[in-house]
Parts: sequence; structure tokens; C-alpha cells
Amino acid sequence: MNKKTTKEKVLTYLTLILFAVFFLVPMYVLLSTSLKSFSNVSIKTMWQLPVDYSFGGFLQAAKELAPNVINSFYLVIPATLISAMLGSLNGYVLSHWKFKGSDILFALILFGMFIPYQSVLFPLVLFMQSIGLYGSIPGLILVHVVYGLPITTLMFRNYYKDVPDALTEAAKVDGANIFSIYRHIFFPISIPSFVVVFIWQFTNIWNEFLFAVTLTKTQSQPITVALVNLAGSQVVEWNVQMAAALLTALPTLLVYIFFGKYFIKGMLAGSVKG
Amino acid sequence: MKRKHKESLTSLALLSPSLITLAIFVYGFIGRSIRISLLDWDTFRKFIMKAEDYVGLENYISLFQEERFQTDLWNTLYFTLFFILGCLVIGILLSVLLNNKPKGNYFFQNLFLFPMAISFVVTGTVWRWIFSPGRLPNDPRGINLLFERLGLESLQWGWFTSTFSFLNFNVALIAVIVAAVWQFSGYTMAMWLAGLRGIDQQLIEAARIDGASKWQVFTQILFPIQKPITLSAIIILAHVSLKAFALIYSMTGSGPNNVTDIPAIYMFEATFRSNRYSTGSAIAIVLLAMVGVLIIPYLVNSFKEDGQ
Repeated sequence: MNKKTTKEKVLTYLTLILFAVFFLVPMYVLLSTSLKSFSNVSIKTMWQLPVDYSFGGFLQAAKELAPNVINSFYLVIPATLISAMLGSLNGYVLSHWKFKGSDILFALILFGMFIPYQSVLFPLVLFMQSIGLYGSIPGLILVHVVYGLPITTLMFRNYYKDVPDALTEAAKVDGANIFSIYRHIFFPISIPSFVVVFIWQFTNIWNEFLFAVTLTKTQSQPITVALVNLAGSQVVEWNVQMAAALLTALPTLLVYIFFGKYFIKGMLAGSVKG
Repeated sequence: MKRKHKESLTSLALLSPSLITLAIFVYGFIGRSIRISLLDWDTFRKFIMKAEDYVGLENYISLFQEERFQTDLWNTLYFTLFFILGCLVIGILLSVLLNNKPKGNYFFQNLFLFPMAISFVVTGTVWRWIFSPGRLPNDPRGINLLFERLGLESLQWGWFTSTFSFLNFNVALIAVIVAAVWQFSGYTMAMWLAGLRGIDQQLIEAARIDGASKWQVFTQILFPIQKPITLSAIIILAHVSLKAFALIYSMTGSGPNNVTDIPAIYMFEATFRSNRYSTGSAIAIVLLAMVGVLIIPYLVNSFKEDGQ
């Protein structure tokens, strides 16, 4: 019996370590390549650690991507805040102020989360051109707010669902209205939910590519578009490309490292039932 | 009664900014895409003139007759199939191992999930370098170079540049599938793990005392209990794979003979690179239909359970 459990343990760890290697290989390639000097970055040594460590690749990548990093922050912060705020309001109404047909409306809202965005893309471009927001960061913010509404509404609705109806009923009897109940009861208890939604939206909007590539011009491109352009160019050295990829991943990786628990909550909430 | 009516109106008013924008941005734009897919806007001139000549389903018919689109559909089928299979097998295996709470449990869990936090375009950029084959046999790159160093030259091949196909499965897709599974198997793991933690341990212990093997516990107890979670995971992953545009676009593009092409890339190129707006819209609507077949029953089902 004892022998058997030891064997099982060894097998467990062996499997876990094997997969750990698989998950770390891209990180190893990213890190070791981006830290190589320009003269050391030959294809022949791609699997080896750098001989001479250098931040040249990072400096070059940071120089090229700096405007796009700024664009990304200008995009992500307002889009995250606005979509969370609206999602909270929607979730509140859809969970505690239901009316005839509100569940159907909720389903219609949710559907927007699942559509392939290709199915709205061309009319979206035309629309943005017609209202003069095409190619601008405010335009991209609008797009991310709108298409972020389904998921933020879902997350807040599921969170508020567990607040007992008796609480709102009692407040109603005391003469509170829909706004004051939100402000004094729901909003103050929403902090955990806001954290989850902020982190989820921040990560998703930072990482997004399709809207970014179709709705921006050179001066308004977020970092994901800049990375693809840089990596697609034949003249950019490998260490710069890998450093650029790391820079693109860094903000969301940091969020994951520090707020992983909330990120996972958001991820699991995306499966509708939550 | 009157008060109830007033309440409904206030609720509706509060929802209206979101409802109106979504009505335009989701349903309105889908409607417009459908309309464009029924027009003959496959040149820039026709588009500028806003020509209103409906051609019915002609765009769809010619689309399905095109070799590129047929390849795209096969690629989508195989990519989705192997992507889901890979994520399920790896995710479930890891979740069962981690559920026994081995040492380093949290470290491993966080490690297996971190790819979920990074962009598809980062994944694509890195894995492209790992899988770029180089010029064989003299100038190998990436994994092929590693094989050479390890004396495993027989394993070298063209990866995502290979044009070999078997039963319409373009083997070049393997590289893309590996990258996608790398990014998403942690998701299945997290979903399964959340479910496993809710299972009563006594149930499992009782079965073990009755002489059930671990494998039997897995197939007879865990798997049936986790079936709804597994089903959710399959639907979400299938939906991700239909949207895998950013990963493939940044990793391989369409590839030689479209070996790694998918409808999403074809749509993008048709619409924004070659002014074939109607063809692009038709592809978009086919994509929407595929997602709809998957998602609508799932949503309806979720709501039914919710109501009970």
C-alpha cells in the first residue's frame, strides 16, 4: 500500500513538472532572447541563455512602443471604468427591479458577448467614420464600452442576485427609491465585484486586437497592433521582437500576479452561470 | 398597480443607454452585415455608389464553392476539435492531480493559468518563433534546431509551413493548436477544479472503501457530476476557437495554400484588404450562424435552469 502511494506521488510530480516545463518554454524563450545583445542574438543560439546580458533589446522596444503603451492606457482606463459603472447599474436593475420582459432583455444583452465581432465589424467601421470617431482613441473606448456591457452586466447581476430581496423591500417601505437604494445599499457592497470586473475588463481590453487593428490609425494604435506590426517586419531584430512581446504582456501579467484570485473569479463568471 | 408601472418605467429608463447602444451596435450592425451580404458590393466603385442591387444568396453560394473557403471550414473543424480535446484532456488531468493538494499546489495552479492573462498576439509572436522551421536540413530554427541539438533530426519537419494534409486536415494546424492549447487548457483546469472542490469527499471515500479503483471513481463519480461543467467548457472553447483570429493572424497568417487560414482571417482580408465587402459580410454571417447554433441553445438552457 505504502509503495503504491509513493509511486503515485512520483507520477503526480513528474506529470506536473512536465507540464510546468511546457508552460514555461515560451517564457524562457521570451526572457532569454530579449536579454541578449544585438551581436549575440543569432538563430543558432536561440535555446541558450545569453552570453552577455543586455537591456539593449528592451530599450529599443520601449522606444518604439512608448507611444502605443500610452495609447493603450488612454484606452483601457476609461473603457474599463465606464463599462464597469454601466454594468453595475444594469446588473442592479436586472436583478432587483425586474419588470415584465426584463429577463428577455437580459438574454438579448448577453447575446452580444458571444457574437463573433466580424459580424458587426464592417458596419461598425462605417458607423465610426460617419460619426467622426474612426481612427481615434475615444472611438475605440466607445466600442470597448459597448461590447463590454454584456459581460459587466452579467457579472454584476450574478453578484447582486444573492442580495436578499427583503433588503430592497424594506428600504422601499421606508420610502427609498431606485437611486437611493443603489447609492446607499448596493454600491457600497459592490467593491469586491468592481475589483473583479475592473481586472477582467482591464485584461481583456489591453489584450484585444481585432477592433484595435480595424478602428485605429498609426497615431492611435494600441500596443497589441504595434507588436504585430513590429513582429511582422523583417528588419527588426529578434531580441527587440521578444522584448516587445514581453512589454505587451507585462501589465496584464502584473495584474495577474497581484490579483490572480480576482482574475480567476472573473474568468469563471464568463461561463454565464457563474 | 400604478406604482408598479412607474417602477418598470424607471427601470427601463435606467437600462436605456445600454439597451439603445447594444440595439444599434449588435442587432443593427448584424442586420446591416446581412444586408451587405445580399448586395453586390464586391468592388470599391459599387460600394461608393451604394448600389442597391440585391443578388440574393449568390455571395453565399459562390463562397461555399470557393476552394479557400472550403479549406477554411475544414481548418475550423479540425482546429476546434483538437483544440477542445487538448484543453479538456490536459485541463482535467491537471485539475485532478491538483485536487489531491500536492506540495506546490498553488504555484502549479497559477503557472498553468497565467497564459490566460496574456494577449493572443503575444502568444502568436512567441510560438511563431518556436515553431518556425528554418531551412531544412542545413539551417534549422526553433524546435527543429532543438531537435538537431538533441540528435533527433528525424523529428524535424516544416511545422506551420507544411502543406501536407490528411483527410483534409492540414497538419500545419498542429503548431497553432499547440499554442492555443497552451493558452486555454488552464481555463478548463480552473473550471474543473472549482467543481471538484464542491464534491463531497465522503462520497469518494465511501466508493474507495467499497473497492472502487481511482479510475472507476473518476469515470463513475467525478465525470458524471462534472458533466455540466465540461459541457460549458466545451461550448466556451468552441466559441473561442471560432474567434481565434488574433492568434492565427499574428502567428502564421493564412499560410501557404491557406493551410492555417480560417474564416475570420478571410473575412478580414476580403473586407479590409481587397474591397470585397459583400463576400466579407457573407463570411461574417456564416461565422455568426456557427456561433449561434452553439450559443443560443446554451443560453436558453442556462436561463431555464436559472428560473427553476
